[in-house]
Amino acid sequence: MRSRPAEAPKTPAAIGLSLVAVFWLGLIILLPLVTVLFEASKAGVEPFLAAVAEPDTIAAIQLTLLVAAIAVPLNAIFGIAAAWCITRFEFKGKGLLLTIIDLPFTISPVIAGLVWMLLFGAQGWFGAWLRLNDIHIVFALPGLVLATVLVTLPFVARELIPLMNDQGTDEEVAARTLGARGWDIFFRITLPNIKWALLYGVLLCTARAMGEFGAVSVVSGHIRGQTNTLPLQIEILYNQYEAVAAFACASILAGLALITLLLKSVLEWRFAGELAANRRH
Amino acid sequence: MSLTVSNITKTFTKFAALSDVTFEAEPGEFLALLGPSGSGKTTLLRLLAGLDVPDSGAIAFDGDNFLALNARDRRIGMVFQSYALFRHMTVAENIAFGLTVRPAKDRPSKADIKAKVESLLKLIQLEDYGKRFPAQLSGGQRQRVALARALAISPRILLLDEPFGALDALVRKDLRRWLRRIHDETGVTTVFVTHDQEEALDLADRVVVLKEGRIEQIGKPLELYRDPATAFVFEFLGANNQASGTLRGGSVDFGGFSVPAIVKGGSEGAVTARFRPFDTQVSRSGPGFPVKVLSVLPAGANLRLELQGDGGEVYETQHAHDADTSELKAGDTVNLLPTKVYVFA
Repeated sequence: MRSRPAEAPKTPAAIGLSLVAVFWLGLIILLPLVTVLFEASKAGVEPFLAAVAEPDTIAAIQLTLLVAAIAVPLNAIFGIAAAWCITRFEFKGKGLLLTIIDLPFTISPVIAGLVWMLLFGAQGWFGAWLRLNDIHIVFALPGLVLATVLVTLPFVARELIPLMNDQGTDEEVAARTLGARGWDIFFRITLPNIKWALLYGVLLCTARAMGEFGAVSVVSGHIRGQTNTLPLQIEILYNQYEAVAAFACASILAGLALITLLLKSVLEWRFAGELAANRRH
Repeated sequence: MSLTVSNITKTFTKFAALSDVTFEAEPGEFLALLGPSGSGKTTLLRLLAGLDVPDSGAIAFDGDNFLALNARDRRIGMVFQSYALFRHMTVAENIAFGLTVRPAKDRPSKADIKAKVESLLKLIQLEDYGKRFPAQLSGGQRQRVALARALAISPRILLLDEPFGALDALVRKDLRRWLRRIHDETGVTTVFVTHDQEEALDLADRVVVLKEGRIEQIGKPLELYRDPATAFVFEFLGANNQASGTLRGGSVDFGGFSVPAIVKGGSEGAVTARFRPFDTQVSRSGPGFPVKVLSVLPAGANLRLELQGDGGEVYETQHAHDADTSELKAGDTVNLLPTKVYVFA
């Protein structure tokens, strides 16, 4: 599909709309971001570095990255499987499945944390059994991962479903008639066709996973240096009036998100030609 | 090496897509499956390819039970209506796919694959396009690449689904000739699906006419045209007219004049007679239906007339340019005389 190249806004209405968009973006996104970086740097470089070098903060950064590193691949695999199943087969309850995939977008993250407490907490359904077998889920890494997985579940699937619907099954069927086996079809046809949407979904999922607060807060237990992720660490520091340290951590978290977005932009720029070829078909 | 399809029945949840379909394709034959949309022709093609399973019946090729073989093991070259080229691969990679995807022990060497791809690119007259992506090709070029990709696996049968459906008229005619030539060169048994009767009659050795999941008639193009078995075949194969009359002793009496009939069924008495636009004469004083000329259109070497009878019925006729017809103009009143009519059950 080829669309007319867009031009710079000319009419008063177009200019007005553009100004509103830019103003709003500046007010709602850029201003807070600049504030975080400004507050963090106000005290100077040394307090900033000292705050970051704090063992609890380093532990929080490590934990945040670890949780994302486990949760994101899980959701990527689930996302591919769900999108495959929804776009390649007709079955009863498809609409329901789509709705369920969207559920994490609509329910509060706090609830997403609470359900794991209800299941695996000390008073939860499996609490007694877990204690008996010395398995730690809540107030430990597994709980953090579960909460993050639940909250970030839709990102990859939601990116892939419209694309795979659009692309249809013709290429896969053609590959089959040419003698390709299931995994050959997946790795040589399906995956290359969805790789950009997959990457985009994974990056969004990563950014969201690292920033997750509500669900993680419920299951974390807030054990310093052990179960505190970066967002939780920021809250604790802020509540203790350690403003500089809080903003230092906040700027790191914002930095991680920015790196994610930068990565996406770099990839888009680097493979612009291929992306365009994929879309034009 | 012939393809045998026997008593195939396929039912989808709501309707019977195919009922009791039986036909055969001779080795090297170019066979058309012709029918309107919903006639089951694409379903039939998918069954041949192994993309769907029939409820009952048998499909065999050269003695092999095809139904016991998976789609990927049937070695069928299929060209899809959408072409289904792999958008992230170059033209050369697309063509090579069926070879490179084989397990290592059956895979030809890199040099062999390269040589095969080059010979196919030459066959489809796209030698310099190997490094392009499908998005950079025109519709007709994509179509040819899809064909080359299907031919690369040295298919036992070539299946084409509406091969010219997405192309404009000019390219279509060109590709039709070209496809026929490719077929004659490679000699591979080919089955193609189309809803375009002109395409089927022009291209195929034999045509299977389908209607609502059943075979109406199988025959060579000329046979179908000269000797249609049913009213459906007659109507589907080209423009036609209808008139009511009485069948009596091999002729249809239209009240005042009678016309020799080719009788394919039905009994003596009131019948619907059908006739082709060029099996007619118009005259100012001779026998025939009194009609008014609605329009006179040049149609190449012929003249096409649109005529309207007393009851509002419209006839379409074709005539050679001659003294009588060339003077006709809209509004004239003439008599329309069919010279040959068909009567079906």
